[in-house]
Amino acid sequence: MNRFAELLDCLAYEPARNAKLRLITDYFRSAGDPERGWALAALTGSLSFPHAKAGLIRSLIAERADPVLFELSYDYVGDLSETVALMWPVPSAPAGGGGNISLTAVIETLSSLGKAQLPQQLARWLDALDETGRWALIKLVTGGLRVGVSARLAKAAVAALGDKDPHDIELLWPGLAPPYRELFAWLEGRGGKPVTADVAPFRPPMLAHALEEADLAQLTAADFMAEWKWDGIRVQAVAARGSHGMIARLYSRTGEEISKGFPDLLEALHLPGAIDGELLIMREHRVQSFNVLQQRLNRKAVTPKLLAEFPAHLRAYDLLADDTEDLRDYSFAERRKRLEDFVARLNDERVDLSPLVRFSTWDELFAARKNPASAGAGEDAAAVEGVMLKRRDALYLPGRPKGPWWKWKRDPFVIDAVLMYAQRGHGKRSSYYSDYTFGVWTNGKSGDELVPVGKAYFGFTDEELLQIDRFVRRNTVDRFGPVREVVHEPDQGLVLEVAFEGLQRSTRHKSGLAMRFPRINRLRWDKPPGEADRLERLETMIARIEQGRLHEHAS
Amino acid sequence: MRPEDILLPTAAGVCCSRGGFHIDPTRIVERALITHAHSDHARAGHGAVLATQQTLDLMRLRYGDNFAGRTQAIRYGESVRLDGVTVTFHPAGHVLGSAQIAVEANGLRIVASGDYKNVADPTCAPFALVRCDVFITEATFALPVFRHGDPAAEINKLLRSVALFPERAHLVGAYSLGKAQRLIALLRLAGYTAPIYLHGAMEKITDYYVARGIPLGELRLVRGATKADLAGAITICPPAALNDLWTRRFPEPLAAFASGWMRVRARARQQGVALPLVISDHADWDGLTATIAATGAGEIWVTHGQEDALVHWCTARGLKARPLDIVGYGDEDETDAAEATSEEPS
Repeated sequence: MNRFAELLDCLAYEPARNAKLRLITDYFRSAGDPERGWALAALTGSLSFPHAKAGLIRSLIAERADPVLFELSYDYVGDLSETVALMWPVPSAPAGGGGNISLTAVIETLSSLGKAQLPQQLARWLDALDETGRWALIKLVTGGLRVGVSARLAKAAVAALGDKDPHDIELLWPGLAPPYRELFAWLEGRGGKPVTADVAPFRPPMLAHALEEADLAQLTAADFMAEWKWDGIRVQAVAARGSHGMIARLYSRTGEEISKGFPDLLEALHLPGAIDGELLIMREHRVQSFNVLQQRLNRKAVTPKLLAEFPAHLRAYDLLADDTEDLRDYSFAERRKRLEDFVARLNDERVDLSPLVRFSTWDELFAARKNPASAGAGEDAAAVEGVMLKRRDALYLPGRPKGPWWKWKRDPFVIDAVLMYAQRGHGKRSSYYSDYTFGVWTNGKSGDELVPVGKAYFGFTDEELLQIDRFVRRNTVDRFGPVREVVHEPDQGLVLEVAFEGLQRSTRHKSGLAMRFPRINRLRWDKPPGEADRLERLETMIARIEQGRLHEHAS
Repeated sequence: MRPEDILLPTAAGVCCSRGGFHIDPTRIVERALITHAHSDHARAGHGAVLATQQTLDLMRLRYGDNFAGRTQAIRYGESVRLDGVTVTFHPAGHVLGSAQIAVEANGLRIVASGDYKNVADPTCAPFALVRCDVFITEATFALPVFRHGDPAAEINKLLRSVALFPERAHLVGAYSLGKAQRLIALLRLAGYTAPIYLHGAMEKITDYYVARGIPLGELRLVRGATKADLAGAITICPPAALNDLWTRRFPEPLAAFASGWMRVRARARQQGVALPLVISDHADWDGLTATIAATGAGEIWVTHGQEDALVHWCTARGLKARPLDIVGYGDEDETDAAEATSEEPS
C-alpha cells in the first residue's frame, strides 16, 4: 500500500501531464504483479466498493477523536478523507506492518468481506498505515481518487512501459481484467499480445483538420460531401451479439467507456454494428445546447428524473461496422448509404441521421455555414458548430490524416472586453499571470461600471503572455491570494479582444450570461478601456441566438 | 499575586511593567527582550534589546548596525535582574539563537516560549524544558491534523524526485533564516554531497551559520549559474520566489516547499507546490500538547495560530487557558514574501 499511496500522493501534486506519466510508468516498472495491476485498475476507475461510504469514515473518527477538535480540523482542512487520515490517532502500541499491507491484500479482503465486518477491518488498516497510506486507503475505498489522472493517462503510462502506442492498449482494454498480468507480460516482452476476445471493441476514430478558407482554392467541391458539425460529444456506439444476448457500449472519442451514464441510449442500440456519431440532448425534437448536455454529463447518479429531463440522443455520422462486417475500408459515400439503411432498420427515435448539407459550389456551402437555419438545420441551428467536409472516396482512417476530412467552423463571436483580474497559471505557467477575468461595461449605481463576463487562459502567443504578465505586475491595484486585481478604469487598463463560440444565460454569473470556449483573440493596446463593449451588446447576441438568427453579427 | 501583575498581555506583545520591558513587542518600545530573530518577533528600532548573541548578530545582518539603541547579549541559562524581576534565557530549539524567556517574581515563574520545537535540529541548540506556573505557547500548528513526522523521510522524498527527474531544477522554498540552513544540514546528513544552490536572499544568513561552525557543504549562488548547472540540482530559495519571475532561469523548475503547512494538500496546491515537504521549525500538535503537560504549568496562555483548538484541549484537561490577542505575529513562511523578492534582480 505504501508505494501506491506514495504514487497517488505525488500525482495529486504534480500538475504536468508528462511528469504524471513518468511517475506512473516508473511505478509500473518497479511494482510487481499483481500489485501494479490493481493500481492500474484503481487509476482507471475499474474498482468499486459499494459498502464503503463517507458516513462510515465519519463514524470511525467520531469514536476516536474529540468532536470539537475534529470539527475545527475538518473546517481547516476542508476534505474528509484528508482530515481523518491526518488526525487518526496512532495506537500507543502500533499494530505495525503498515508497509506490509499490500494493495492486493486490501482489494482481495474487501471483495470477500461482509458489510458488517468492514468498519473493524478498515480501522485495523488505518491503525497500521501512515498518514499518506491512510489518505490513499480512504480515497480508494470510498471511490474517486481525484488525483488528476484520467483512465486514458493511466493507459498511456502503461503503454510507455513497453514502448507501445496508447491506442493499442485502448483497443485491448475491453478484453482485459484486473490485475492485467497478461498485459504487463506482453509490455515487458515476456508474453504475446493479449488477444481481444471482445466483440464490441472501441475503434480508433478518424479526426478532421481545421479548414482555412485559403485551403478551398485547392479543393474541388464535387469531390466532397458536407454535413453539420454538431456541438455535442463525439461518441462511438457499438452493439454486438454476445454469448448472453446483445452487448451495447458507448465510448468517448478517446476510447473511455461511458456506457454507465447512458442506459437510455444503450437500449436503443439493438442492432449489431458500430456508429460514429454525436451525443446530444433532445427535447421535443430539438437539439439542446452544449450547456444542457453538460448538466447531464456532470451528474454522478443516473436517476429516472435525470433520464427524463435530459434524454440522450445519438446523431449518426458514420457506420464503421454493420453486424460483424468491417466497413472502414469502404469509401465515405458507400458507408453513408449503409448508414442510412442501418439507421432506418434501427428505427429508434433516439438515433437519427445527421443530414447532409446540399451544395454544388463553395459559395453555397459558405452561405449554409453562415446561416445553418435556412440551409436545413432549421430550429437546431444554434447547436451547429460549423460544417464537416468529407471526401466521397475517403476510407475511415484512424488518427488525423490530412486531406480526406475537414472541419470548417463558424466564425466565432468577438467582443472587446477589459481585463479585470489575473491569476497565476499552473505547471510551466506557474510564474506567469495567465488566467484572465474580463468584463464589459454596464449601468451601475454610480454610473458605468465593469461587470465580469468570462475567464480565458489561452489564445495568446508566448510573446503576448509576457506582455500581459508584465502589464499585470505593474498595474496591480489589489491582491486576493493568488489573484491580482488590475487597473480597469475608462482611461487606464488593457482591452482584450475575446473570441467565443456561444453564449448562454446563466444564473451563476453576475452578468447573467456564460460564454462557451472564450479565448484571447488579440490584445488591443490601442483601445482605451472606455471604448470596450457594453453588456447590452452581449444581450442582443443572446436574443438573436435564441431566435435562431445566428451570427448576424459576423458579416 | 496574579500572573498578570508580572506579565501583562497587550496588543503589542506581553509587557512587564515592573521590569520595564516588553517581550517580542510588535511596536517600538524602550526596552525589548527578543526570543529569536524572525522579523515578526524581532523588530528594528527599540531603545534597548536583550537577546542571545546569535539573535543580536542575526538582527544586525538583517537590519544593519543601528537596529537598536543599545544591545546586551545573554547566554542560555544565564539570569539577569531587571528591577525586581529575574529573567533567564533557555534554548527554544526553533532556530539558531532562539530562546524561551523565563520571568520570575515573588516565587511565580512565567515562561514566554516564543516559537519552539521539541525535535532535533542540527543547526540549533535543543529545546530545554522549563517547569513553570504559567506557560505562554505559540499555536501555529495547534490542530490534531498537524503531525510533522520524521524530516529525514521528507528529505528522502526530495532526493528520490531529484533521481527521477534529473533534468529538472528542484527549487525548494524555505524561510531564509533557519529553515533554509536546517534543510541543507539535513540533506548533508542524508549523504547528499552535490553543490546546493542558494537564492541571493539567503547568502548572508547562511554564511553566518557556517561561520558559527555549522557545516553545510559546498554552496553556490544561483546568480552566475547556467541552466545546465541548475538541471538536476537543488536550489533553496525564499518561498515567495517560487512563483516569481526569478524561476524563469531554471530548466523545467519543480517547486518544492519545506513547511509544516505542507501537511495540508489544499495549502500546497494553492501555492502551486508540486513537492510538499513537511519540515517545520514549530512544534506540531503532539509536540505542543506534550510540552504543555511537561511544564507542569497550571495556566496556559496561547498566542498566534489555532488558539481555539489548543485552549479547548487545555480546558478539557482542567488547565486554565486563555488566548492572547497579540496583533502582528505571523508565520514566517507566509511573511517571507516582502523580504525575499526584491533582494535579487531578475
